[in-house]
Amino acid sequence: MVRTVSGQPGRIPGPEDPASPAGRAGHRGPALRDVPGPRQRAAAFIRRRRLTPYVLVLPSAIAIGLLLFWPTVQIAEFSLQNYGLPQVTGVAPTQWVGGANFSAILSDPEFWLSLRISLIFAAVVVPLTLLTGTLVGLLLNRLGPKMSAFVSSTAMLAWATPAVSASVIFIWLTDPDGGIVDWALAKMPSWLGGGAHWAGFSWTNAPLPAYTLLTALVVWQGFPFVAVAVLAGLKTIPAELHEAARVDGGGPWRIFWRVTYPLLKPIFLVLLLLSIIWDFGVFTQAYLVTGELGNRDEYNLGIYAYDRAFTMPPSYGIGSALALILTVILLIITIGYVRASVRQGAIQ
Amino acid sequence: MRLRSRAARRAGLNVLGVLVALVTLFPILWMVSTAFKPAREIYSLTPHPLPAHPTLGNFRSVIDGKVIGLPYWNFLKNSLFVTLVSVVASTLIALLAAIAVARFRFRFRTSYLIMLLIVQMLPQQAMVIALFLDFRSLGLLDNLAGLILVYTAFSLPVTIWMLRNFVAAVPREMEEAAAIDGAGPMRIFWRIMLPLVAPGLVATSVFAFIFAWNEFVFALTFLGTDTAKYTLPIYVTYFYGRGTVDWGSIMAASTLFTIPVMAFFLIVQRRMTNGLVTGAVKG
Repeated sequence: MVRTVSGQPGRIPGPEDPASPAGRAGHRGPALRDVPGPRQRAAAFIRRRRLTPYVLVLPSAIAIGLLLFWPTVQIAEFSLQNYGLPQVTGVAPTQWVGGANFSAILSDPEFWLSLRISLIFAAVVVPLTLLTGTLVGLLLNRLGPKMSAFVSSTAMLAWATPAVSASVIFIWLTDPDGGIVDWALAKMPSWLGGGAHWAGFSWTNAPLPAYTLLTALVVWQGFPFVAVAVLAGLKTIPAELHEAARVDGGGPWRIFWRVTYPLLKPIFLVLLLLSIIWDFGVFTQAYLVTGELGNRDEYNLGIYAYDRAFTMPPSYGIGSALALILTVILLIITIGYVRASVRQGAIQ
Repeated sequence: MRLRSRAARRAGLNVLGVLVALVTLFPILWMVSTAFKPAREIYSLTPHPLPAHPTLGNFRSVIDGKVIGLPYWNFLKNSLFVTLVSVVASTLIALLAAIAVARFRFRFRTSYLIMLLIVQMLPQQAMVIALFLDFRSLGLLDNLAGLILVYTAFSLPVTIWMLRNFVAAVPREMEEAAAIDGAGPMRIFWRIMLPLVAPGLVATSVFAFIFAWNEFVFALTFLGTDTAKYTLPIYVTYFYGRGTVDWGSIMAASTLFTIPVMAFFLIVQRRMTNGLVTGAVKG
């Protein structure tokens, strides 16, 4: 993977780059040693700082290494150990248990349920978010500048709403006592699916309603990002292309699939992969909507891992094994995301 | 004829735009409206969009903190402290790294950039298990310093990525000219680089601010039962699930917690969205 990435063509370092052969040590031009004119002084200055980039990168590399990379390695380590309450309090030593945690997980119906919930949730929410976001993006592109700025500002407010606030707002909107959603559904005519039976309906006590609520919540928070990214992409398409297609008699549907979509395909690919990563791994919103570890049959993979690791009696070994499975699934999608970003020229 | 149909289409699109804006804003408006409603109206059988008898009672109970036994300012102070320190730290560290990747070609540069893309996708609910155990043995649980460390490190991949674009946008010729005129690297940094990337630093630090201000999983896990150390997101959820749910107070707490982020965000929105799309991030 990395090889294709670093083998990207078109990234030829310029002559002023220290990494280019002319800038490396041992390639000092004889002209430099003679008269240190201003140009040469500048070149020498750049050359002398060969170590500079490493020094500059060091603090961030240490922080990321210790607090992001090392914990990931540790999770892999703990997943092979019987790390629990006696081990963390020092009563008993940690022991390597091989794949025991994983075989326990694979024969655990709760694991398969949580995995299925995560998969189905992503399969529903990702297309919905992309569809809503794309439609709003297309709309923003057609609106006048003021209106477009207004609508995108409101959308970005939904994006900026903290996950905790968004979750408690949506739980309140659907609350059985006083929530406006149940009230509105009860008032709705029956041919629209409304009716008195909605009064006092609890959205958080069963998996399907809880994840319907979570879907609305995550789409609401997720579509603005897609809309803004699609709008940014649309702005790069020359207006003549659309005009030409319109003159040729293409309807909006045809124009989208024949002109817009092929041109924005790389953006859609990145958005698709990012949405999968975010929605498969959704935690805070799912944690709050499913009642703060209240309903086991509503756990997604991340919540199940968290629950096994921290609910008494804690089992950090099993929790880490579950967390590792989640991490590996997300990393596989991330590799796709990185490839797509690199192909788009994100790394220069 | 043609003109009229164009005007009609324009009006239709504007109506659609207003509709989208209303649907999007509705949950936020409902939160604010509920926060100002007395209990009688909150649990009324016919909800009204606006409070008929607006009250500050919910805000008063949130600020007094009767539920938790500590005033709101305590949690605001915790959140501000954690957020501001981690924003300053991560922005500074990220600026150094951004200069390195934008201005120098060095070995591992591409690997470093790819590593940044990958680590920003690591699931926090997985990492929190290992970090909890590490911080436990280091005595960093129930300690705001632990949160500062985590928030600083976790916002780095995205802040470096965003700042990189701002640094790259500074014309290299300006630095070269200064070097030719005999300016040292420190002088170049303070006199040329820093003033020119300042707008980028603002946009980036807003991102880091939102991340640290909103963060839930680590605060929930690390702060445990030490209520005095809680940050605002934990305070907001504290009301929730404790006996009778007092939605008026939850919405008031949530409003007090959300409004600063939104205000902050709207101020720098334009610059921010550009950075977001190029950096491809979500909070």
